[in-house]
Amino acid sequence: MTSDAVRERDWGTPSSHNSEAPCCQHHQRFPHGYPPQGPQEIMKLKLPNPGLEDRILNHDELERLEVEEAGDRPKWDNKAQYMLTCVGFCVGLGNVWRFPYLCQSHGGGAFMIPFLILLVFEGIPLLHLEFAIGQRLRKGSVGVWRTINPYMLGVGIASMCVSFLVSLYYNTIIAWVMWYFFNSFQEPLPWSQCPINANRTGLVSECERSSPVDYFWYRETLNTSAAIDDMGGLQWWMILCLISAWGVLYVCCIRGIETTGKAVYVTSTLPYVVLTIFLIRGLTLKGSFDGIKFLFTPDLNELANPTTWLDAGAQVFYSFSLAFGGLISFSSYNSVHNNCEQDAVIISIINAFTSIYAATVIYSIIGFRATERFDDCLSGNILTLLNTFDLPEGNITESNYQEVLHSLNSTNSDIISNLNLKTCDLNSFLSEGVEGTGLAFIVFTEAITKMPLSPLWSVLFFVMLFCLGLSSMFGNIEGVLVPLQDLKVFPKSWPKEVISGVTCLVCCLVGLIFVQGSGNYWLALFDSFAGSIPLLIIAFSEMIGVVYVYGIDRFNEDLIFMIGHKPNIFWQATWRVISPLIMLAIFIFYFSTIVTKEIFYIAWDPESENFPTLEKKPYPSWIYVIIFLLAGVPSLSVPGTAVFRAIREYCCKKHPSAPVQEIDSVSH
Amino acid sequence: MLAGVLLLIFLPPLVAKDLCKDSQDGFKVRLSIKTGLGDDAYEWNESEMFLFRSTLAYAMRKHSNQDTYTIDNILVCNDTQRVSFVFVVTSTDDPDQLIPKEQVELAVRQNKHRINNAFLLSDMTLEFMGIPPTLSAPIIYDTEPWLIVFGVVIGAVAVGIVALLMSTVSKKRRAKEKAAGLSEEDEGIVKENGTALSSLGRKEGVYNQAFSNDDRFTKL
Repeated sequence: MTSDAVRERDWGTPSSHNSEAPCCQHHQRFPHGYPPQGPQEIMKLKLPNPGLEDRILNHDELERLEVEEAGDRPKWDNKAQYMLTCVGFCVGLGNVWRFPYLCQSHGGGAFMIPFLILLVFEGIPLLHLEFAIGQRLRKGSVGVWRTINPYMLGVGIASMCVSFLVSLYYNTIIAWVMWYFFNSFQEPLPWSQCPINANRTGLVSECERSSPVDYFWYRETLNTSAAIDDMGGLQWWMILCLISAWGVLYVCCIRGIETTGKAVYVTSTLPYVVLTIFLIRGLTLKGSFDGIKFLFTPDLNELANPTTWLDAGAQVFYSFSLAFGGLISFSSYNSVHNNCEQDAVIISIINAFTSIYAATVIYSIIGFRATERFDDCLSGNILTLLNTFDLPEGNITESNYQEVLHSLNSTNSDIISNLNLKTCDLNSFLSEGVEGTGLAFIVFTEAITKMPLSPLWSVLFFVMLFCLGLSSMFGNIEGVLVPLQDLKVFPKSWPKEVISGVTCLVCCLVGLIFVQGSGNYWLALFDSFAGSIPLLIIAFSEMIGVVYVYGIDRFNEDLIFMIGHKPNIFWQATWRVISPLIMLAIFIFYFSTIVTKEIFYIAWDPESENFPTLEKKPYPSWIYVIIFLLAGVPSLSVPGTAVFRAIREYCCKKHPSAPVQEIDSVSH
Repeated sequence: MLAGVLLLIFLPPLVAKDLCKDSQDGFKVRLSIKTGLGDDAYEWNESEMFLFRSTLAYAMRKHSNQDTYTIDNILVCNDTQRVSFVFVVTSTDDPDQLIPKEQVELAVRQNKHRINNAFLLSDMTLEFMGIPPTLSAPIIYDTEPWLIVFGVVIGAVAVGIVALLMSTVSKKRRAKEKAAGLSEEDEGIVKENGTALSSLGRKEGVYNQAFSNDDRFTKL
């Protein structure tokens, strides 16, 4: 026994003396080489996983840890902090600017059906799985996967890479939000009117041809170049905003959950307050009900379109921030008997509710904006008619416009045709469906300028976006910092403050890519490739890893130990079969779309013919290398690490060099 | 005789009308009173036209610094229901001579603000066709407002970072002092009952004070 105590193990985790644990022995139900017999056996298939018991704490030890409160792992101060942090991580900018667009473009109210179905069969099971495995193994993502099986370390590393890449560009979006926030403290708002050109003869031409909000976004904020090749140089005002974004994040994450746990009281609750204020404000504006009606009018034909289901699945998946590793980390700080099943269901319901609530608010404001545009369009036409025919004011109003136009057309059709009257259609204004940054920084800001007391609404809106983004960043940074600590990248002597400081500094410096002239295009590139395919692969591997490598039986027993009852048939079916299949389907669809279609990006080019419409440009050929790095490196690290480890094992078997410490049994 | 007298009386207005209608030096004016004022809109009548002519005479006076312009120098024609009309300005010396277009334009641009205010309208609702509205000067700030807010936020962040780091440093210092106080007591005790080998984890070894001399250095 003494010789066992000091022999070093090659996977670094201290072994626990498990000789007195009887529960673990009978799990060796399918020894090597036995083929599965029939579907029942396939469902309970367990891949061989030697040494698992040595790597994990058994139930008694967990109980002891819980009672003695031993161990140096951080803990949540209370349950509310944990729930708010998870809600904040899940509820992000996507709920505000992706879901409403998807809802409106895929048949309005009908989109709820695939969304809710896939939420139940894909989102909730995966969420419960991540919570349970984190709470049981009490480690961050790298630690968890290394514990389950050292060959699965790649999954943890992939999660870390994806969290890192997403943190880079996500914080740039927060920097943009801060820029708009800083600029909201003036009346009139800088994006409400075009600036005057240099010789004071008229408005700046780029602004006149597009609109003040477009100009402020593309020129004064981004100073965007016309193509992704054209780097454009660093924009100093954006660098300042980026530094402030990373600075605020550093203050909140400086000591890990000790500080983020306090910050989430504000960042997770404030968005709901602001959404409610905007709902009340929006409902009192003209045209808001048209917007909400437009959003929720169901078009059941869309359900037959497979794209609707796939977009719903992808939205559920990304909206839950699964596979980033942050949720596993957060869950590992919980007490071991925390009811993770209830948490998963509650958080899913809150997430779905927030998506629908935010969509309502956004579309009430969009309805207002569309109605304003429609009224402007109509008044413009009426004025033109009055001026051309010298009719007294008030002769043509909105109600009799069509009849008057008709009668005038019959008598003076040639004059009418020369006037180039615009066609004003409310539905076309409503369906100028915008998503992403366009929604927040162009459409919504325009709507705000039309409201009375615009600076106030602008400040509130950007504070809300800032809080939504920051609370998601907490999870992303957790998904980067904890694996770095587990992989022992930093020396152990460094305090937590220094580690988080160095990480934030490195991310800030790398994030300078996004504050160049072409930064917007780089961000879109990162968003499409770093934050999509790798996550699907990671999530799929997670499910397979827990169900088939860790073993669903062991997992069920752990859940009995932790929450007191066995997960029912719904969880069993979704974990083993349904959710992995849905993940696989979404992955195959995404992969085939990306590989077959030619990818392009949309650019703001004042010299293009269709200006102000954004122009589609193909990517230059060297971008494909970048795309491979973004999507390929995290995805390939999942099998790659396993292969690398296998090669190392094989080499080590040939040359046994496991160091064994010689002991002198004479005491000193 | 009577015909001659009548002709003499009616000729000037007829000539005036011709001056106004056919001239190149006239400007078309358009008022959108209902759009500009909504419910407070006033009726356009002869008195309002009188006001208009007098404001234009005022504008000409200011521009040319001659106090000789009167309301009769402003001729109006092509009056429509839209409330739009054409006007010309005649010279003070010779009623048949018109002031050139450029002069009138300059006069109007200089005093547009006063003309607008006389009618409670704006550049959008009181239009002089062919005269572009003068753009207001852009507001120039000493310090951009966004820099001020940025400064506040960065200052708060810096204060936060410093405060948190200081609290960590002081916590560590306190913990070190406490540990230094306690460790002198139990550093030397060798755990006799447990495996002696468990202390082999610390490679430096254990200094067992029980077996040491009081003075480490022998005295002379």
